Order: sequence, then C-alpha cells, then structure tokens
Amino acid sequence: MPTRPSLSAVAAALVAASALSLAAAPAAAHDKVKIGLVSTLSGPSSALGIDIRDGFLLAVKLNGGKLGGLPAEVIVSDDQFKPDVAKQLFEKNIKRDKVDFMTGVVFSNIMLAALPEAYDSKTIYISANAAPSSIAGKDCNPLFFAVSWPNDAYHEAAGQFANQKELKSVYLVAPNYQAGKDSLAGFKRTYKGQVVGENYTKLGQLDYAAELAEIRAAKPQAVYIFLPGGMGINFIKQYVAAGLGKDTTLLLPGFSADQDVINPVGPAMAGLFNTAHWSPDFTNAANQKFVAEFEKEYKRVPTLYASQGYDAAQLIAAAVRDTKGKLEDQAAVLKALRAAKFDSVRGPFKFNTNQYPIQNYYVRTVGSDGKGGLINKSFNEPILKNHGDAYVQSCPMKGG
Amino acid sequence: MAGVLVLEQALNGLQFGLMLFLLAAGLTLVFGVMDMINLAHGSLYMVGAFLAAWLVGLTGSFTLGVIGAVALTFAFGMALEAGLLRTLYARDHLSQVLATFALILILNDGTKMVFGNDLPLSAPAALAGPVELLPGLQYPAYRLLILVVGLALAVLLWLLVQKTRLGALVRAGASNRTMATAMGTDIPRLFTVVFGIGAALCAVAGALLGPLLAVQVGMGENILILAFVVIVIGGIGSIRGALVGAILVGAVDTLGRTLLQHVLREFLPPQWASAAGPAFASIAVYVFMAIVLAVRPQGLFPARG
Repeated sequence: MPTRPSLSAVAAALVAASALSLAAAPAAAHDKVKIGLVSTLSGPSSALGIDIRDGFLLAVKLNGGKLGGLPAEVIVSDDQFKPDVAKQLFEKNIKRDKVDFMTGVVFSNIMLAALPEAYDSKTIYISANAAPSSIAGKDCNPLFFAVSWPNDAYHEAAGQFANQKELKSVYLVAPNYQAGKDSLAGFKRTYKGQVVGENYTKLGQLDYAAELAEIRAAKPQAVYIFLPGGMGINFIKQYVAAGLGKDTTLLLPGFSADQDVINPVGPAMAGLFNTAHWSPDFTNAANQKFVAEFEKEYKRVPTLYASQGYDAAQLIAAAVRDTKGKLEDQAAVLKALRAAKFDSVRGPFKFNTNQYPIQNYYVRTVGSDGKGGLINKSFNEPILKNHGDAYVQSCPMKGG
Repeated sequence: MAGVLVLEQALNGLQFGLMLFLLAAGLTLVFGVMDMINLAHGSLYMVGAFLAAWLVGLTGSFTLGVIGAVALTFAFGMALEAGLLRTLYARDHLSQVLATFALILILNDGTKMVFGNDLPLSAPAALAGPVELLPGLQYPAYRLLILVVGLALAVLLWLLVQKTRLGALVRAGASNRTMATAMGTDIPRLFTVVFGIGAALCAVAGALLGPLLAVQVGMGENILILAFVVIVIGGIGSIRGALVGAILVGAVDTLGRTLLQHVLREFLPPQWASAAGPAFASIAVYVFMAIVLAVRPQGLFPARG
C-alpha cells in the first residue's frame, strides 16, 4: 500500500519523472507488469465479472504474485455495467496508472465503448470474454486479442449438435437486440433442419409463460435459447414446470448452463445439453490444477468466465516471459502474444490471423457432482474441431 | 388446438395480473392514503422473496417458509414505516422519490451482504410438474396455485377494505385525509398497519413468484414499474382499481406477446412482422396506459371523487 506522499516528495517525484521522460525510452526491462482489469463487479450481472476477476487473480497468486517472472500489479475496477464508466476507467488506467495491458470487460457493448481509449494510446487489450463479430472481421486490430471465444461460436456448435442428434425442427428464442439476433444467426449457420419459430422477447424479460404456450402449440423437436443471465434462469425453470421437457429437447449455449445458472435453477438443470469451449471436468493437467485451486481458494466451482480470466493472465504471463520482461518493445510483445505459448485450461488453443481463437467446442451435460450438487460434464469428442469464426476473411491482418 | 392456446394464454394473463395486483394493492394504498411515493416498494418484494428462500431452506417446508417470510416482511415493513418513512410524509414528492430511491440501493446491497447475490428457491416437488386441465392443455401446477392464492387474497382484501372498520378508515383516509384526522382517526397507527399489510402482500408475491422467476438482488425494480402502471390505470388509492388494472395489464401484456404477433403475421410481410412484433409487444402495456389516461386522466376507479 502506498503511503500518502508529502508535497516535497511529490515535487521530487515530478522532477524525477520529467528527468526520466527526457532520457528517451528507458533501456532497462520493466521491473513489474501492470494490468488494468475493468469488469462488471456489481449489479445482477456481477457474477460473471467476479469470476473473471477471481480467475485472473488466482493465476497471479499461484505464480507467487508474478506473471512471466515480473511482479504483477493488477488494478481492479468495476464498470457497473455502464459503457461510460468503463470508458473513464480505461482512460484512468492507461493515462494515470500507465498499465501495460488492459483486460476484464464482460459485455460486448461496454467493451466496444471503452476500446478506443486503449487503441488511441497503443495499449494492448486481452479480452477475457466479449469477442464481437465486428472485431473478428473488418474492425480487427493488432492490439486486440480474444482469449475467450467468438460471440457466435457456442451457437454454431449448438446448431451442429442439433444436426448430430438429427433434430428435424427447432424453435428459437432470444432477446430482441443485436446480440440476440447475431446468436440465432450463428445457430442457423450450422443447423440444417427446419426452424419452426423464432421468438424475439423483451430484453430482461422474467416470465416466459406466453412464449412457452406458443412453443407448445408449434410442437418443435427441440428448443434453442440465447438468454444470458437471469433471463435464461427463468426460461429454463418455467420450461421444465410447463412439462415441455418431456417431448422437447432443450439446447443451451454454455453460459446459460454454467455454475452461476445451475445454482439458482436447481434440479431442473439435470440432463440438459449445452455447448462450450471449456468444462470443469477437462482432464488436462492445467485444468485440473486450475479447478482444484479455484475451489480451494473461493469455495465454489469455477465458471467459464473464471477459466477465461485465468487464461487471460496465463497469456500475459507467456508474453512477459518470452520477451524477458522487455514490455517497451511492443512488436515483440505482440508477436509473443500471437504465439500464445501457454497451457490453456481448455486444451489445444491458438490464435487465428484476426487474433481470435481457433479451438475445439464440446457438448456438455449437467449431471450429479456426487456431493448432492450438479456440475457440467463434457462429451469426449468435440462437436466442432479447430473451429475459427466466419468473419476472419474480412480482417485485413494477415498474421506474422 | 387454437382454443387450447387461447385458454392457456388467458390463464397466463390472469396469473400475471393477480401477482401484479398483490404488489399494486400495497403501492396504491401507500400512495393513496399517505400521499407518499414509495419507490422502495419493489425492494419489499425482494426482501420477501429472499426471506422465503432462506426460511424454506431452513425449515424444509415451502408453506412454513412462505408464511414466515410474510410475517417477517409485515414486521419489517412496519418497522421501516415507523422508523424512517414516517418522517417523509410531510415532505414533497421529490424528496420522497430521492429518499426511497436511496432505500432501494441500501436494501439491494444490504440483501447482498446478508444473503448473497441470489438464493435458490424451488416450487414444492408436488407442484413441480404440469397438470392436465383439458385434453391437450397441460398447465404448470405451481401457476395454478398462484392463481388460487391470488384470487383468494383479492377476495380477502376486498372484504377487509369494504367490510371491516380498518377498511373503512383506510377508505376514509384515501378519499379525504384531513377529514379523517378531524374525525379522530389515529392516522400514524393506521399508516403503520397499512404499510405493513402492503409489505406483507409484496412478500406473498415475492415468495410465490420466486420459484417461477429468480430470487436475486434487483428483482424488485423490474416489476415496480409495471406496478406503477397498474395503479395509474386503476386509479390511485383504489383497491378495486388496482385489481381491474392489474388484470387488464396482465391480459394486454400476454396478448401483445402472442395474439398480436399472429395478427401482424397475417397482415404484414414476414420481415416487417418479425421486426414490428417484438417492438409492439414491449410497449403494448404503455400504449394501453396512454389510452386510458387520455380517456380517463384520473384512472378507471379513482379513490378521490
């Protein structure tokens, strides 16, 4: 903790700082790595941001407070689910705290508002969640890395799974906003059967009785929903109570069947299928260590978001290590980031030319954890293998 | 099949309307009798839901949990009124809005500190499944329970307001507070009890809707706006208005999300219908409110003549 400096100390620091800035670029390697982590840590959607933060800080802690050999200073702040607040926090982290990397934002709309702050000052952004299609395509940027998954990917995987299960007809539900429409477009990109209905509900809707009656009348073989957060929790509970689960298969994107949804919904989650790039039961050594340490540290099962926060820290650590701490050489740092030489908890992982991931996607089912609770278990074979995204062609970056 | 769908949607609309009524009844009394805008009314709904989830977990019985939560929220509401809100009656509406908005934030974070961000609450196992009402019409058993409880409480509340001494005082207070005071009514005590009843009704709605929706911090804000729409439509201060308004809002909302979509699909090209349908559905209730206000600015059943 810094003590409050006296006025003379401030003056001395100012003189010293101006002397430093006169001495061209410092030749010595950094003595620490500074990271600004801005995420949604309060309000109804805070569970997601809290898990990103906790996953990130766990990686730092397990490395003895270091990332890639340098002592790590992580400045955590809450965007309150507000784009303008995130923008201010980015500015503060970059201009005042002079961070080396920014990371942490959960929601695409908030991240898109704040990103220009990072781009303008040539600060690298490592996305631990939001990965909108625009940045995968024409708006791609050498400073932007998505260590999570492209926004469409889970839905493409779900469409593929519906093909594999030979589901002839599907009814789709999503909130009436851009991400909702994009997600269902992702599902339809891979799904080959018939879409018997598409229902765009109000964003933040709580009661789905009317939509469930429509689904009952439409008699689809399966239902696929993109309803993040509380919307999904409600839909799933009411779907089961309405008796629709008997004749209709419910497919979910991974984040609608993660631990933060399983806990409030309860037993109704058992047996549901969902698609994701990570699962707590992955047997690779990196993941086993991560899950065990996370449960020990925070007394809960990690979510996808926690795994992404953890991987974001690991990616930064790899870049710091491979550049031997010379963070002022940004070209070398970017090259090391693109190489992504770390053991991701998701297993095989590499960056495409647009710096979005190429990775496997798995089907998971919710089953018993043997302790009276429920947990996700993944199928052995990925549903999509070495899968990239549909937008990479429109990105002018060609790697290297 | 179309008939079954319409019947199911009618039940959905009625069920939603009755729950809105439980919230709106308390809100309209507080607003009508005490002339106090209580934005934190939705927070009482949240407190009731959290208490129910906590007590159901503690006792293992859904019925006991709900009854306990209603009793505790009744007490909490009275304590809140006597300890804090009472000082706001003499102030203007803006001060009340500011103070009760602050109360929302305090209760949200207080609940988070005590219970965490959310609590699991499931419907009793016996009611978890659907019931076959008619051939081809499966309706969730738990929603039927909500319907029955909602109707029973509506009747009880009507009896309380129309047939008891307490009800007579409440009606007197709502239509002319100064005169009621002049006639010797102990207004402070009446207010405390009325506020407690309003809080208890919130707790019933919160506890019953908890398993259907989700028990989480901030759940009260979403539903509060609709409760205000209900009392504006029904007429401020009137229990009968709250009931009619709530059922109308429930019906309009359900119709907007279903029948309207079918109608639009009949008359508009598909790409227009799929864009216009959800947009209309989300504003249907407010359009309805605007129409009611244009025709009857004081609401359907105003308490003050």
